[in-house]
Amino acid sequence: MLYLQLFWTYLKIGTFTIGGGYVMLSMIEHEVVERKGWIDREEFLNMIALAQAAPGLIAVNSAIFIGWRIGGWRGVIATVLGAVLPSFLIILGIALVFQDYKDLPAVEAVFKGIRPAVVALIAAPLCKMAHSAKITWVTAIIPIAGALLIWLGGLSPVWIIFVTVVATLLYTYLKERKSSKH
Amino acid sequence: MIYLQLFLSFLKIGLFGFGGGLAIFSLIQHEIEVHGWMTQEEFVDILAISQVTPGPIGINCATYVGYTATGSVWGSLLATVAIVIPSLIIMLSLCKVYFVISTRFQHNIYFTRTMQMLRLSVLGMIAAAALLLIQPVNQPSVSFIDWKSWVIFGVVCLFTILPMFLKNTAGVSKKSAEVFKKFINLLSHPILLIVLAGVAGYVIYS
Repeated sequence: MLYLQLFWTYLKIGTFTIGGGYVMLSMIEHEVVERKGWIDREEFLNMIALAQAAPGLIAVNSAIFIGWRIGGWRGVIATVLGAVLPSFLIILGIALVFQDYKDLPAVEAVFKGIRPAVVALIAAPLCKMAHSAKITWVTAIIPIAGALLIWLGGLSPVWIIFVTVVATLLYTYLKERKSSKH
Repeated sequence: MIYLQLFLSFLKIGLFGFGGGLAIFSLIQHEIEVHGWMTQEEFVDILAISQVTPGPIGINCATYVGYTATGSVWGSLLATVAIVIPSLIIMLSLCKVYFVISTRFQHNIYFTRTMQMLRLSVLGMIAAAALLLIQPVNQPSVSFIDWKSWVIFGVVCLFTILPMFLKNTAGVSKKSAEVFKKFINLLSHPILLIVLAGVAGYVIYS
């Protein structure tokens, strides 16, 4: 049963990876390339590029790619359900229970400690990401301006993404046209 | 009405969510602020829970926000479905193009430039998400209530960044350096750090 296998594989990936899309990629590689042999490494790299290029969650995008590649429409349903269902059920369970306990003094104390740690886990990876984005003093203007506009200006991040995409495409187009004229 | 808002918001988040779970936080944060679905406290707690539970962070967040905003399972389902719909449409179209012509689009200059610039913008979005949690505009911060919060923040930052620097420094005595590196790598795991911060919170504040 191919669809069941697709579902099961992504259910495993969705259940046992903690920490989001990028952590999932190594697990996806292990399951899909090494164990199942559904695609080879070259195609896996293409898949990552596509999954990052498309908007949305990287884990879900990769599930769509594999599902479509291996099993067409039904494959997509199987993999996406597999990737999303564990999260959905686990979080729903926690949300239902947490509602009753969140006002207990002990739970509140625990979360008082956790909250600054969560902010740190969002802020600290910025160093690594800035490094791998090959940031320079000049290009640092883009994230700094974006951060200030969202933080102090209350601008929706949607605009940041929109302007980045349109401006880059336009700039590249104009530059290409100019160089092809010469 | 709140269901329609929720659906449209998460559709938007799915459509503009580039750059993984952390960048998606920034989009979700903005929608929550605009619609006033929950308190800042609730939002940070959702982030914490999303990071320590299995599965894609964006799905965890959508499910939790959907439930908290509406108080019903249907809100969860709606938000989760909405965040996946743009992915389905766009990724399937990309797949069709890719499997038909199988171009090496990674070498396409429009593609590579846009991805490069998006990476920079996403950095700003993540920074903004952190800044809004540290010091919201016109509101007291709920994440940083006293100096002890800053100590926890500093320690967690340190342990998250430390493995990066250890890669560059060649140890004097190799074996002890290896052991030290393994120890730091283990300590830098986000789940362990959140659990330790929770223990610290319990000890300090209760």
